[in-house]
Amino acid sequence: MDSDTTATKSHPHRRPPDTPFSADSAEHAPALHSTPRLRAGWWRALLAPGFGVLLLVLWDVVAQSGLYADFIVPSPRAVADRWWDLAGDGSLTRHMAVTLREVLVGLLAGVNAAFWSGYLIAKSRLVANILMPYLVALQAVPIVAIAPLLIIWFGPGFTSKVLICALLVFFPMLVNTVLGVRNIPSELRDLMEALESTPLQTFWYLELPASMPIVIGGLKVSATLSVIGAVVAEFVSASEGLGYLINFGRGTFDTPLVIAAVFTLTVVALALYGLASWLERLLLAWQNAGRSVHN
Amino acid sequence: MSGNPSNAPILAAHHICHTYSGPSGDVVALDGVTLDLSRESFVCLVGPSGCGKSTLLRILAGLLKPSRGQATLDSHLITRAQRRIGVIFQKANLMPWRTVYGNLALPLQLIGVPANEQARRTQAMLELTGLNRFAGAYPAELSGGMAQRVAIGRALIHDPEVLLLDEPFGALDALTREQMGEELLRIWARHRKTVLMVTHSIPEAVLLADRVLVMSPRPGQVVLDLPILLPRPRTLDLLHQPEFVALTERLRHHIRPN
Repeated sequence: MDSDTTATKSHPHRRPPDTPFSADSAEHAPALHSTPRLRAGWWRALLAPGFGVLLLVLWDVVAQSGLYADFIVPSPRAVADRWWDLAGDGSLTRHMAVTLREVLVGLLAGVNAAFWSGYLIAKSRLVANILMPYLVALQAVPIVAIAPLLIIWFGPGFTSKVLICALLVFFPMLVNTVLGVRNIPSELRDLMEALESTPLQTFWYLELPASMPIVIGGLKVSATLSVIGAVVAEFVSASEGLGYLINFGRGTFDTPLVIAAVFTLTVVALALYGLASWLERLLLAWQNAGRSVHN
Repeated sequence: MSGNPSNAPILAAHHICHTYSGPSGDVVALDGVTLDLSRESFVCLVGPSGCGKSTLLRILAGLLKPSRGQATLDSHLITRAQRRIGVIFQKANLMPWRTVYGNLALPLQLIGVPANEQARRTQAMLELTGLNRFAGAYPAELSGGMAQRVAIGRALIHDPEVLLLDEPFGALDALTREQMGEELLRIWARHRKTVLMVTHSIPEAVLLADRVLVMSPRPGQVVLDLPILLPRPRTLDLLHQPEFVALTERLRHHIRPN
């Protein structure tokens, strides 16, 4: 027993003998995400922001060159000013709140519907046979194309926006849930059966945690799609929201407004993705087990 | 420990036949297997690959319905899996999202054992299996031997009367395998269970069992029932004793007649 435990602590055999990074094995950075030359430099952290600044300067040069009219390529300065104005009078917050609300409710509704239908499809061949053709057909229809229809039916308000958002989110989440639940090892199902677990226990102790990695992967895709859904819905018909701002700016040749709204949307989408990634790290911490330990 | 209420077999199989239907036709895996296990005995089942050993074990565990024949536990027909029968699979089959502690405690949680009782029994099992220092480790951090030890602990923790083991050490290296065999004997000596273990290894079977059953190649039938009367406690030193070698030779001869 003792020899076994000591062997596990160091695990010499788990590490591939000839990794390109074996020279500086003192550090244990994940090999896949680092390039050998750039690993140790503190200035590496500045590379990405530096690249951003470079792009900004390029943009400014193009805008100042006079090659394009101001309403086609406004300067970064003009965009920043417009953004500042919007933020100052509170309208940016108001429009952002409208879009965010549509996004969050749509995401939650879509993800929920997708998870439960995906679960049922994975569990029952009958349900799968009945529902799958329609769900695939639904996915084949571009949501943008049915957005006007939904607005005719549900009015131009909040409901139609949420529905469009939820529809867009639905499919990737559904596919991932079906995969996640179907891929649960049959040996673990046997184990639960041998322990006489109830269907509810099997769901809570096995199916939910076992499918979680793939389900969360779906959630991350859905999080970014939900923003697209809300904006598409606002394009079709809206009187407020960031999508409306973009549309309005385009109509009034207020290009700085368009760009300012696009940047704000990007921030919202990134924040949502960040939230999903944080959830992933929180719920799937066990996935990192056994990686750092054996280095 | 001794002085059983009855000598009636606790687990029995009566004329079990099983046929798998596949795309390339039907395969007869078991053809009339009859056996019985007396209480607190340790029985090993050996035979060539594909003789239906695992199928038989799944039927006895209630995880598979036989095509014909019946399995009984205390003379009651086994129609579905039950907690009185603990199963240890070929792979450790741990839940990767649960720590060693969490994996050990799973059966108690499912049964609904009170929290403090759960903690006490899980702690005791950690000690019995020598996994104390690894209570908080995830399965990915364990060696194969340690993972299998968790699996054994998990199968024992809710105190089933019968333990079915399907080549539990098959995936381990030879050294760890011998060590785990000894450890299983040590645990069995403390928690007298009725054990039926499927194994590929004849020395392992002779070392562990009171009785070794030999199955024929497919379709599987029990062709030899050999009592192992070697004294207990047994250790690995036994491997080189003449009686031991004679027994393994005899078994080997029955598995491969030529």
